[in-house]
Amino acid sequence: MTDVATAARSGQPEAAQGAESARGVRIYRPLTDIVEAADGVTIMLEMPGVAPGDVEIELEQRVLTIRGRAAVPAPESFKLAYAEYGEGDYERAFTLSEEFDQANIAAEMHGGVLTVKLPRAEAAKPRRIAVTAG
Amino acid sequence: MLHPSSMFAGRDPFALMRRMGGEFDRALPGPAAAQGYPAVNIWQGSEAVAVTAELPGVAPDEIDISVKDTLLTIAGRRTAPEAGSEAVWHRRERAFGTFSRSVRLPFRVDPDKVEARVEHGVLRIVAYRRSEDMPRRIDVKPA
Repeated sequence: MTDVATAARSGQPEAAQGAESARGVRIYRPLTDIVEAADGVTIMLEMPGVAPGDVEIELEQRVLTIRGRAAVPAPESFKLAYAEYGEGDYERAFTLSEEFDQANIAAEMHGGVLTVKLPRAEAAKPRRIAVTAG
Repeated sequence: MLHPSSMFAGRDPFALMRRMGGEFDRALPGPAAAQGYPAVNIWQGSEAVAVTAELPGVAPDEIDISVKDTLLTIAGRRTAPEAGSEAVWHRRERAFGTFSRSVRLPFRVDPDKVEARVEHGVLRIVAYRRSEDMPRRIDVKPA
């Protein structure tokens, strides 16, 4: 599985990755863990400030695009005095191989972390063939 | 700030101004280099200070906040997900383990009036100024 479009930007510091979106906020590339087990692949993306309803997952031509829209209101009657991190939206895309059951991709958002589960397609699962005595 | 003279030779006399404006935009609210983990943003109000930090995947009961005079400390632990021994990690960009970050606040805060909550992985702490330290308005009496 490979990153699409954002791959060229990897290696840059996180703050430099921000591009501007149409709604005038920066777009960050979420930090991602990808782990593969026997039954499939799990992708975990950090998208702090994004509510479960503000995540968009799109699969088109084997390209899985994940977008998150952050909705963190500024603390009321406060002025930002010092900033170490920028707030904004998130976007990252991955190219999937054929071996996943693309119809059964499941996603769950919890505490700012999106977990996407890609089950392995039946055809791609290792199969044991029993040998019967003749 | 030095600019090559060729910048002035262009047709658009406002290009430099716009460019400078862009630089100021970046210089002012742009993020400073984080002094530790987690990175914090500090918001100032007249009677309180707010500190926000992005802590995705950290359970609220794993966050430990303490305050002493003007020093606010955010400590905690992010637990790595269980993946089994035969699992293969293709990418590990997220950090796990314990963390501790101390921030100097602009004024002494009342330890009993510190509120903290986590929403969608963003921690927000609001600490109120001690009542005895509040600025007092002094009336000027006519002579």
